[in-house]
Amino acid sequence: MSDTWGRRSLRQLRQIANDPLLLIVILVILASLVLFIIYPLSKVIITSFLPDGKFSFSVFKEVFSSWYLRQAFYNSIMMGILTAVAGVGVGFVFAFTLARTDIPFKKFFHLIAIIPIISPPFIGALSIIMLFGNNGFISDHLLHLQNIKIYGFRGLLFAQVVTFFPVAYITLRGVLDSISPTLEDAALDLGGTRFKVFRRVTLPLALPGIASAMLILFVETLADFGNPLILAGSQFPILSVQAYLQITGMYDLPKGSALALILLVPSISVFFLQKYWVSRKKYVTITGKPTSSTLKSVSPIAKWILFAVCTFFALTIILIYAAILWGAFVKVWGFNNTFTLDHFKYVFSVGFGAVKDTLIIAGISTPIAGILGMVIAFLVVRKEFPLKHFMEVSSMLSFAVPGTVIGIGYVLAFNSHPLLLTGTLLILLLNFIFRYVPVGIQSGVAILRQVDPSIEEAAIDLGADSRSTFRRVTLPLMVPAFFSGLIFSFVRAMTAISAVIFLVSSNWNLMTVQIMSQVESGRLGAAAAFSVILVLIILAAILIIRAILTLKYGRFGGTTLKF
Amino acid sequence: MSLKLVNISKIFKDPDHANKEVVAVEDVNLEINEGEMVSFLGPSGCGKTTTLRIVSGFENPTTGEVWLGDKMINDLPPNKRDTAMVFQSYAIFPHLSVGQNIAFGLELKGVKADIVKKEVEAIMATMNLTELYNRSPDQLSGGQQQRVALARSIINKPSVLLFDEPLSNLDAKLRDLMRFEIRRIQQSFGITSIYVTHDQAEAMTVSDRIVVMNEGHIMQVGTPFEIYSHPANKFVADFIGRVNFLDSIVEEKNKDGKYLVHIGKNVKLINSSTGNFTKGDKVLTVIRPESLTVSIGEKDSGSVYNGVVEKAVYLGATVEYDIMVDGREIISAVTHNPVIEGVFKSGDRVNIDFDPAAAHLLGE
Repeated sequence: MSDTWGRRSLRQLRQIANDPLLLIVILVILASLVLFIIYPLSKVIITSFLPDGKFSFSVFKEVFSSWYLRQAFYNSIMMGILTAVAGVGVGFVFAFTLARTDIPFKKFFHLIAIIPIISPPFIGALSIIMLFGNNGFISDHLLHLQNIKIYGFRGLLFAQVVTFFPVAYITLRGVLDSISPTLEDAALDLGGTRFKVFRRVTLPLALPGIASAMLILFVETLADFGNPLILAGSQFPILSVQAYLQITGMYDLPKGSALALILLVPSISVFFLQKYWVSRKKYVTITGKPTSSTLKSVSPIAKWILFAVCTFFALTIILIYAAILWGAFVKVWGFNNTFTLDHFKYVFSVGFGAVKDTLIIAGISTPIAGILGMVIAFLVVRKEFPLKHFMEVSSMLSFAVPGTVIGIGYVLAFNSHPLLLTGTLLILLLNFIFRYVPVGIQSGVAILRQVDPSIEEAAIDLGADSRSTFRRVTLPLMVPAFFSGLIFSFVRAMTAISAVIFLVSSNWNLMTVQIMSQVESGRLGAAAAFSVILVLIILAAILIIRAILTLKYGRFGGTTLKF
Repeated sequence: MSLKLVNISKIFKDPDHANKEVVAVEDVNLEINEGEMVSFLGPSGCGKTTTLRIVSGFENPTTGEVWLGDKMINDLPPNKRDTAMVFQSYAIFPHLSVGQNIAFGLELKGVKADIVKKEVEAIMATMNLTELYNRSPDQLSGGQQQRVALARSIINKPSVLLFDEPLSNLDAKLRDLMRFEIRRIQQSFGITSIYVTHDQAEAMTVSDRIVVMNEGHIMQVGTPFEIYSHPANKFVADFIGRVNFLDSIVEEKNKDGKYLVHIGKNVKLINSSTGNFTKGDKVLTVIRPESLTVSIGEKDSGSVYNGVVEKAVYLGATVEYDIMVDGREIISAVTHNPVIEGVFKSGDRVNIDFDPAAAHLLGE
């Protein structure tokens, strides 16, 4: 077995050696994946298992003997599970209602469900404090409640569901849209009641998608840092926050690393479970003809109940964003409601450094991540070379690894010579590039699987070498995927917090980190103003990229856009 | 330029079983003359596309040599080979206009823009594509896409043109039209060509010679006439058109090489180009349905068989019969003049005979 593997690798190597550029590209990518993904992660493991230079479980013993840290582990897992269940529940209601009924304002509901995805993940937490906190608008002003317990379990769960249900919505919407409604029509035609059809046809077909969405939500909640930092409080410890506090508060690198590792294990296992097992168990509806939904599978009563539920959640989200917007324009939230632009003045004067830094860092790193993603996607889909599988898995790894773990890994890996990078722009750029490269890889792989390989063969056949084939044929075909990947990675870079909070410095700061520190120092107005600007920048970027795409690729009848 | 394949074999690793091997092509030898159009014909999986891809350079032969003119081109990568392929899916670049698609090869060679434009316009004119210069590929019909793909290949003036089932995505009517179009263009440019297809009618219309393949081996090479009238074996006879295999026994070989054989109730003198038989050998007489004559009547001592019509299909110009002989064997026959000869009904007793010149012997 190993013999044939060796021979195959040798043959592949000989083929690549004919194309020096290809060989160099592969080697450079493999080396950077090792250096900027594998090495930091191994540093986390080494630091936690070898606190004094020799192997021991002492750090882990210490962690698990602490009641408080044990509690953090339980809390994180429980929060992950509950958010997964509740978030997928809400997401499914939204997805089912929008995919299978003809309720009014569908576009509006869709937009509402998307907005949390393009905002910083802790906006929910910030808004909950403004609405339900000690001086909260609803708790204090409307209901005159004192000491409502918003910090801790309840508040955090609410924030997590609001933050992550859109992810479930998008996944499940795709699943439901791909289930041909004619199947439901057929079941109705065979005499099933509407509820039975839902229970025996729609639900079973959507089940792999539901399972997949739950696992994704579990991983994302487990890894989330912003919401717990604001809302968890000291009574309700959460792993990611505790790991951060160990490192930045107590300078206990081994303990912080150990906590990060404890966070990493369930994240990675669930991620690979989702990727390699659940996501493959999907049903493909085989139909020759395009099917149009007849939207008869939901009874009128059920339809209006679903409409009411969706409206309730939509209003909640609107309330959250309205609170942020309002908070950005009033003098002191909860006390002085006079209109002011002071917070924005603050953002554009004192805080403008962070805005500028964020734009520079996201603006440089996301195109690089995008191009790197396209190249890796191309290599993985179209080329044969040794260590290809390693390249595929390691480049996708940062999807699975919680930002906190990556952040700690970077601090550990790059704080000494010859790789002294802490405090520089470079460490932030590298972190962003290798964290968001999977976004580009995913969209690149998806598009390449749709491009008939004979299109590239045709170019080669006409005399193009591998470089000009990639440049003149493959790359142009991948451009739409590049841009849509760019949108996602830009959004993620703009809203990232968990990893970069370890890496910012006085020279290079980020808006998200600024918002966090404003919240911590109780300046909710400034935090709100920062958040508004951040969301506006993201919206503007999306609109610009879209406009470029339609301008440049609209003339090909839109087909290249559809990929 | 002439093309020569010497002892070409291709063995693939089975993707599901690392230790299993699949022989796609075995020991293929073939010479294609300058300007000749040769079809590779066979069922799917017979190795015809693999052989084509070995010629184009997209597959490396496991053993054997590919010669283009007097040059061995095994080690030449596909982009350096003077071959041009017309892909089954056309493989038109979706991000380029029709004109840019056709110009692609010349631009790669670094030809000056104004000359490229002139050549593209010239080739588009010969292929009735002139108005489509600025069109995007998704606005083309299937036939137009096919012509664009052909123009894009021909403009480079390749030594060998390779067609990989080029018409399989077109509807029947267009397919008939494009066959002649492809043949016309190939002949007017005089390019040595290989045409892969599984459609025998297509192979017959476009080719100078047909190479019939099965399970990685060449079964027969010959002109369409030779392949149809003198199939070298049972597979070729069966694959090209409909055929009857009549059980026969050799009586003797006469001095001009023909065999006297017993068929049914009669004796005939039949040619064989393939075998060498002696008295008592069981052989098969190969005869096409249209070479049989059918006449109504009880047992006639002059005819080969007497049987009962099982099924008669009247198609206007022809009538197709299935005739049961000796209560077990079904023989297919086609008559061409129903108005004069009459149409027999199922249940009718008929006599079957044929002219031995139309028949041909094969070993069992």
